[in-house]
Amino acid sequence: MATDHITAAREISQERTRLVRSGLRRRHRNEAIFRGLGIAAIALALGFVALLFVDMTRKGIPAFVQSNLHLEVFFDPAIIDVGPAPVASEFASPAQYQAADLRWRRELALLNWNRILEASLMAKVPAGTEISSRELLSIPETNARHQLREMFVANPDLLGRTVPVDILASANADNWVKGNINRSLGDAQQQLSPAARTVIDAFEADGTITNGFAWALFTNTDSRAAPASAGLLGAFVGSLYMMLIVIVLAVPIGVAAAIYLEEFAPKSRLTDFIEVNINNLAAVPSIVFGLLGAAVFINYMHLPISAPLVGGLVLTLMTLPTIIIATRGALLGVSPALRQAALGMGASKTQMVFHHVLPVTLPSILTATILGVAHALGETAPLLLIGMKAFVAQVPATPLDQATALPVQIYLWQGNENRNFFEPRTAAAIMVLLGVMIVLNGTAIYLRSRLEKRV
Amino acid sequence: MDMLAGKVKLTQQSVTSAMNPSAALDRPIRIEARDVTVHYGAKQALFGISIDIPDRAVTSFIGPSGCGKSTFLRCINRMNDTIEGARVGGTIKLDGEDIYDPALDVVELRARIGMVFQKPNPFPKSIYENVAYGPRIHGLARSKADLDEIVVSSLRKAGLFEEVKDRLNEPGTGLSGGQQQRLCIARAIAVGPEVILMDEPCSALDPIATAIIEELIDELRENYTIVIVTHSMQQAARVSQKTAFFHLGKLIEEGVTEDIFTNPVHKQTQDYIMGRIG
Repeated sequence: MATDHITAAREISQERTRLVRSGLRRRHRNEAIFRGLGIAAIALALGFVALLFVDMTRKGIPAFVQSNLHLEVFFDPAIIDVGPAPVASEFASPAQYQAADLRWRRELALLNWNRILEASLMAKVPAGTEISSRELLSIPETNARHQLREMFVANPDLLGRTVPVDILASANADNWVKGNINRSLGDAQQQLSPAARTVIDAFEADGTITNGFAWALFTNTDSRAAPASAGLLGAFVGSLYMMLIVIVLAVPIGVAAAIYLEEFAPKSRLTDFIEVNINNLAAVPSIVFGLLGAAVFINYMHLPISAPLVGGLVLTLMTLPTIIIATRGALLGVSPALRQAALGMGASKTQMVFHHVLPVTLPSILTATILGVAHALGETAPLLLIGMKAFVAQVPATPLDQATALPVQIYLWQGNENRNFFEPRTAAAIMVLLGVMIVLNGTAIYLRSRLEKRV
Repeated sequence: MDMLAGKVKLTQQSVTSAMNPSAALDRPIRIEARDVTVHYGAKQALFGISIDIPDRAVTSFIGPSGCGKSTFLRCINRMNDTIEGARVGGTIKLDGEDIYDPALDVVELRARIGMVFQKPNPFPKSIYENVAYGPRIHGLARSKADLDEIVVSSLRKAGLFEEVKDRLNEPGTGLSGGQQQRLCIARAIAVGPEVILMDEPCSALDPIATAIIEELIDELRENYTIVIVTHSMQQAARVSQKTAFFHLGKLIEEGVTEDIFTNPVHKQTQDYIMGRIG
């Protein structure tokens, strides 16, 4: 009787073990599948990012190098026949001196500096090569004559002297040197004439043309007439102004709004309504913010078109919801024990927030803010609508001047018809933008880890 | 092992002191609660609590979970104000002054009535800063030396100074649970309160740390009026001179601790003490 009972119990236990074991196999399999899917997802995501970076780098790196012409320029007195530069001490009044100086400069501007350039190029052309003046002048960038004139204005003593000058090669010459152009194409499909191509090859062989670091990319603004000298400086400064405006406006307003909503506002239908709307605003397409900016800041408030000020305001509006939501999330994550500790000590609500809650959440708020600003920095669509896609050839001196921004510059270069030259430039501009982003995000991570280490 | 034996002895001492309640109820009344009710939204949590809390003695609130003992404790320094939708009715007087008087500043009240919470909750700052915080916000120290003095004496009173004197600038969160709780007591003492409320101060601590805190409570009652919520009847018996038993939001019975534990009047109290409910 007793043994029967024990046997029965053992059978039940064995049956149960068998059931658990059969289920176990399925559970382990599910776990393995899920883990595999996770790894696959991460691999896929990393793969795409790697692809982007590799492709950008491969395309962009050539643009960081640019062809330069090394010429011996003779400032020929026969061509530069405008007389000596006026000296201030010889004039009765500053106004008279200025007038004379202006006259002198105007005369200089009217000279044909291309003749000087042509002579110095011709000196390098191998003997016996037939090349027309027009063909020869297609080798240097079109702004070379301005470069020579400015050199002379800065130093009139150059008259009659021969000095070495480095001049940017034209975009077409640069393409030819770098091999961006299929050399087997017929003459009709080539931008450069056969004679010009022969001379460039000769220049390359004797070291008159060499490749150097493309400083122009960083020290110049955009240029259409002289594409080889087109650079990012103007766009970079425009982006910088906008970033500063976003930081100065969006951060304090966003953090203050989040603190008020989370810590002080009574829970009511109104605050619920505001909360829903802030969440919705975060999901509004950025181009709508651009329309809003155009309507409010430009049409109604008459702020200047294409100005970083307006761009900064629009991006501020766009970034605000992100910062508010992130900050509220961070505040919500603070343990109630800390709040009670502070209140129990007799701290006022404001003291509780500023002495205890905010210091604890600062790293998260900071990270969210920097990521929000980085996101704003990369935003293009709203800027197109407030006129920041205009061609701007000056570095904006103030946030009220016309300017463009890095992502817009990328958009503009991407659309340039000189594909062979601007495709690498576009990739290079993207690399610069990504570089700025990496610096910003790196700063966020660094600040976060430093603040978290502090007690 | 020696240390453990020491702690056990300490606990026995506290028991002895509780057994001789030094006529707890002869003491003047410090806090007077009348018909206190609390609603959380539509739900009523406390039903007409009336109790007197004696000066410079330990009063303990006991009762099963959810009986309202913590809720009532939190009425005494108006911590319930911070809970959305909480409404408090009735009157609570501290030295004859209504603490729910709109003219009374809750910040001042909390400087007079300190609180120690269930889970040790030191600020994520240094040990020194934890204790210095209260005096600083209330402007109690005139100079740095003054503040140092307050910090050291508070840590001493909380029996923590010897253990932390060499690391006052290290984070308070790096201490052990029991030390953290004593730091919280030091932090409360630093403001110079008259009353200290303790909401299950030992529930997150091991027996040794609990014994040390109980001994500390016993010392503190010489200078402070202490109200302690506990779910350990043994603790109530060991540290308090007066005990109040709460059940389902009502105050069932209150009296000298010894009487409550040896000779309860109500059947519910008896059941709880015998371990039949709770």
